[in-house]
Amino acid sequence: MSSLSPHAVEIRSLSRHFRGKPALTDVTLNIDHGSIFGLVGLNGAGKTTLIRHLIGSMKALHGSVNVLGQDPTIRPEKLLARIGYMSEEDSLPQWMRVNDLIQFCRSVYPGWSDRYAAELCEMFSLSPAAKLKSLSKGGRARAALLAAIAHRPELLILDEPSSGLDPIARADILEAIIRTTADEGRTVLFSSHLLDEIERVCDHVALLHDGKLLESIAADTLPDRYLQCWYKSDVPSTTPPTIPATFGPSGDGTEWSVLLDLQQSRGGPDISVESAGTRWDLIRSEPATLQRWFAGRVRTLPNRQRTTVETMEVNESV
Amino acid sequence: MLIQVQSGSQPIYQQIVEQIRFRILSGQLASGDELPTIRGLAESIQVNPNTIARAYRELEHEGLVEKRRTTGTFVSETPRKISAARRRALLVPEIDKLLVLAEHLGVEPNEFHELIDSRRSAIVQQEPR
Repeated sequence: MSSLSPHAVEIRSLSRHFRGKPALTDVTLNIDHGSIFGLVGLNGAGKTTLIRHLIGSMKALHGSVNVLGQDPTIRPEKLLARIGYMSEEDSLPQWMRVNDLIQFCRSVYPGWSDRYAAELCEMFSLSPAAKLKSLSKGGRARAALLAAIAHRPELLILDEPSSGLDPIARADILEAIIRTTADEGRTVLFSSHLLDEIERVCDHVALLHDGKLLESIAADTLPDRYLQCWYKSDVPSTTPPTIPATFGPSGDGTEWSVLLDLQQSRGGPDISVESAGTRWDLIRSEPATLQRWFAGRVRTLPNRQRTTVETMEVNESV
Repeated sequence: MLIQVQSGSQPIYQQIVEQIRFRILSGQLASGDELPTIRGLAESIQVNPNTIARAYRELEHEGLVEKRRTTGTFVSETPRKISAARRRALLVPEIDKLLVLAEHLGVEPNEFHELIDSRRSAIVQQEPR
């Protein structure tokens, strides 16, 4: 919070290749101080590669990365004292007891709070004498979470923290995330492919797909910006109707749903549209959900002729 | 307060607004009752505090709750009159849904108006007051 930048994280034109294959392509992204920032994407979209650049375990070869006012690869120990990190991997040393882990973290983090650690042990029902090996997967995840937050980090980074955990452990993690930001405006970056968790806790969502940042949007503006519209016709069609300012068609036969970008459309959805000689009537419209937006952005239909690119041409010909 | 939030349907703040509105209008929450703090509710139902704040603002706009400086958010003592613009903003989306359905079903405007009138008298007769 002492850094001068308004952003906790600044990523500029970050690209990364692995053996010639692009893992990240020209990603530019800001994360505001005090936000709960959700990074979503399918497995293999590049979320973990992006996060590794933030914690200094990968150096930005193309583009730049700035975390809490510094380059994470220059004096990383200085940065790591100010951030908390938890990954999906069950990577804590199994031979340790909970208390050993706490002692270890206390020696690493200047801001470590024994009182907060004890409070978290109590909250997570972790016995200090318990060996990590003897804990359940959910128990070890709670121990990892404790290790990531008890020094009250300025930035908490969670990489798929709840993957494979039971619902109670997941709820504990979400609660800890909320508590972290509610405390003095700390920042959380949270990657997940579990959209319901993202929808609940994040105030900003960024979508990575095939290493590219497709969109970054304030979560509460999403339903105001995108409208899901259902269209029906008498003639079945295996390709979606072409409707201006829409993307992400989904459906089959006589019913298709599309996402309308209200920033591009003039005055909301068309009640009726002509497409390829067929009349399509609007039968329903609703603010888009995060799930629908995600599917619309990520899923490419087998027939790629009619996607957003096409709608621009239609716009011009109208 | 137990509030259930489901993913993948309505926006979460709306789900919260509707559940609290229902509790107030049905009398489960009485005038002067205090709502949970934004932070407390956020942690207990695992929802972003800004979302809770937005739901509370919405309820305040509707005149159902009121903020008291430094103390918290309470169910309004005297339900404030909701402005005409606000009433419209709440009703229009519902009316639009009905109109789309009516249009699709081929219901003529006259028939539509008659239906509304007949439903109104049916509902008003059932009302205890």
